[in-house]
Amino acid sequence: MLLVLARRLANVVPTLLAVIALIFLLFSVLPGSFISGMSEEGRTIDPAVMERMRKEMGLDDPLPTRFAKYVAHIAMGDLGTSFRTREPVTKLIGVRVWPSLKLVFAAMTFAVCVGVTLGFFAALKPGSLLDTASMVGAISGLSLSQFWFGLMLMYLFALKLQWLPSFGYGDGGLSHIILPAVALGVGPMALLARTTRAAVLDVLNADFVRTARSKGMSERRVVEWHVLRNALVLVVTIVGLQFGSLMGQAVVVEKLFAWPGVGSLMVDSVFQRDVPAVQGCILMIVLFFLAINTLVDIAYVVIDPRIRYR
Amino acid sequence: MRKLVWLAAAALAVLGAGAASAQQTPRKGGTIRMTAPYAASFGSLDAHTTPRAQDEIVGKSLNRTLYNWDSAANKLVLELATSVTASADGLVYTYKLRDDAYFHNGRKMTADDIIWSWTRIMDGSKGYPGARYIRLIKGAIAVEKGEAKEISGLKKIDDFTLEVTITDITDPGYYFFDGTTAILPKEEVEKGNFANNPVGLGPFKFKEHIPGSRVVLERFDKFYKPGKPYMDRIIVVLMAEAAARDVAFRNKEIDTSILGPAQYVAYRADPQLSKGILEVAEMFTRSMRMNPAFKPFSDKRVRQAINHAIDTDLIVKRLVKDKAYRATSWLPLSSPSFDKTIKPYAYDPEKAKKLLAEAGYPNGFEFEFTTSQNESWGLPIVEAMIPYLDKVGIKAKPKLIEVTVLTDTLIKGEFQAIISSSLTGPDSLAQLKCFHSKTPRTACNYVAFNNPAFDKLLDDAGQTTDNAKRIDLLRQANNLLYDEAPVWFFNYNKAVLAYQPWIHGLQANPTEITHQYAEDIWVDDKSPVK
Repeated sequence: MLLVLARRLANVVPTLLAVIALIFLLFSVLPGSFISGMSEEGRTIDPAVMERMRKEMGLDDPLPTRFAKYVAHIAMGDLGTSFRTREPVTKLIGVRVWPSLKLVFAAMTFAVCVGVTLGFFAALKPGSLLDTASMVGAISGLSLSQFWFGLMLMYLFALKLQWLPSFGYGDGGLSHIILPAVALGVGPMALLARTTRAAVLDVLNADFVRTARSKGMSERRVVEWHVLRNALVLVVTIVGLQFGSLMGQAVVVEKLFAWPGVGSLMVDSVFQRDVPAVQGCILMIVLFFLAINTLVDIAYVVIDPRIRYR
Repeated sequence: MRKLVWLAAAALAVLGAGAASAQQTPRKGGTIRMTAPYAASFGSLDAHTTPRAQDEIVGKSLNRTLYNWDSAANKLVLELATSVTASADGLVYTYKLRDDAYFHNGRKMTADDIIWSWTRIMDGSKGYPGARYIRLIKGAIAVEKGEAKEISGLKKIDDFTLEVTITDITDPGYYFFDGTTAILPKEEVEKGNFANNPVGLGPFKFKEHIPGSRVVLERFDKFYKPGKPYMDRIIVVLMAEAAARDVAFRNKEIDTSILGPAQYVAYRADPQLSKGILEVAEMFTRSMRMNPAFKPFSDKRVRQAINHAIDTDLIVKRLVKDKAYRATSWLPLSSPSFDKTIKPYAYDPEKAKKLLAEAGYPNGFEFEFTTSQNESWGLPIVEAMIPYLDKVGIKAKPKLIEVTVLTDTLIKGEFQAIISSSLTGPDSLAQLKCFHSKTPRTACNYVAFNNPAFDKLLDDAGQTTDNAKRIDLLRQANNLLYDEAPVWFFNYNKAVLAYQPWIHGLQANPTEITHQYAEDIWVDDKSPVK
């Protein structure tokens, strides 16, 4: 197990370096800058002030110098200083991580509970009404725009039914997280429903399941002992991938529901060309993705001992 | 005529709303839930470090500046001083400061605080945006360059008397009402972490900031205006998404919401929502700048032809949904130098063709039209203009850029024509200087406008201490711009703020409608927030 962990971590380093270089280069070639972006709707910034800010922020340094400084700072755990707030990016992201994690966990919990359950029961009775209905629902869920779906949730559950608040973080309680979590979780939920159904159907038709049945094992025991465990590998893969990418996908939902997470910070920072903050946010999301993937790899070994790493 | 009727109706509606509020006795207590609609976060709560309109929404309640904008009287008024006297040459101002203004930490404000705050802004090692205003004071530039430690033009006579010597003849109020020149307490700033624990002179003190979610302010009992503020609490909620704001407002979860064109139509049509709409002609002029470096645009007749070729009224009505006032010239309606006798360029394609032929373009020409995605002054407007231009033989090829890149494009002059929105008030002289030949493109003369007669009018206006004469000179300059047509004059923004029926005392602030002086606002007992 330790070897598995060590190998995974060794793979993380070059991935991270590549990501850092890519983010840096991307924002170096993008037109516009934070300073010119401050001149919002004609409120011009004094040229002398602009020049001073460029110097203060090191924007006049040559690209290789800036990159070298950036990498050196990251190596020391310093993500730089936000152009906009003049605060350390680590501090800026630090206060946003917990709301983001809460939202992602809530969305994933919804997706797993609903998606896996639907997919599992649909597979047990293929062609049934439940199967057809859940698969239509799953395809719809995959096709939905998060923005539109979120708005519809707001309209129905906040405005019409008055059950839940339509936006915001509130005091961080359950009532505020339900709508954004459902809006964010509907895509993974649909994917999980389809994947679970396919995985369960596949295992149900496997030779070892037929053997188990012919030995007189009860259907319930077959499903519990053989089908579920074997179908779980594929489901865990999807859960892991979706979990990892949800942090990035949360951008739209966070902005729509005024949720104070990393996603909304990133969007704001992109529009205002607050490069250190954007770089920090992307790096954080990538780290989260890599961490989840590593955990999934470890989970494979736990779930299915046949899987071995050389 | 119809426009005039509409303007009058709008003005009456605003006045009516104010009068209705005035007839009732303001209630003490309550909470207002305002929205910050321009981004999903605040930049900084340290007023000196941020010029953003979004941050100033909080800043207006938290901080105070030497002057303020009186929306009802449409003029600048003293805020932290009780009186001011100007020297005969118009360069030395002596302020009698309030002796009852306290910071939220309980300390009384003195002249030293103003001197310290403005000296901080001129710290040359930082790019404090307010430096552009403080630079008006004699000796401020020396501090900025590191050649002096103190601003020589700031002299403390006693704790509550301050003498300010300026370098140009102008109304200093235009410079010292901006939020970036707020007066802050030295001891609190120097503690560090000031942006997270801001302390000011405003009617509300800082309570809580959840980044990306909200800022909460509480009533400051030692505020210098007797009986004010009325409310106990202000919650400024970050809501950048218009559709989400709409749902939240209808659901009574927020008390104010800025409206876009589509929502404006819907709210006006709704019998209930239409009762809570505050409108004001903001000091922003939307226009298409024409770069004279592109040969056809160097000819005045071509620029005038473009103004005649487009049915601007129709675009304002149909596309902007009347959420704007047709622009006549550069200065906005609220400017004292706005000439009410001038009529906007009439829609007259035949005249446009004639002018083009006289300029040597009987068959028109083709140009690249740079634009952003903005719904009120971006691509949708350009798409509406294209058929009109086509009708007189001019082919426009849109080039889409991001809003963030607009200023860079303007500064570099990398455009043939570009549509954008410009702040055009409240200081008419400063705004018209954007067309002075000595103003570089990097400052704001984006079309490199060069007209000696215009320069002279501005120079004369900058030299006179006679306010009436200055207004008249600026009126003439503005009319000259109208004739020279360096831009296609599109519209003046109409800012629209929707508010709940229990909110009273909102001000139609033409400098920015979301910037409210919260001490005048009160909430009646119908508010759902107890």
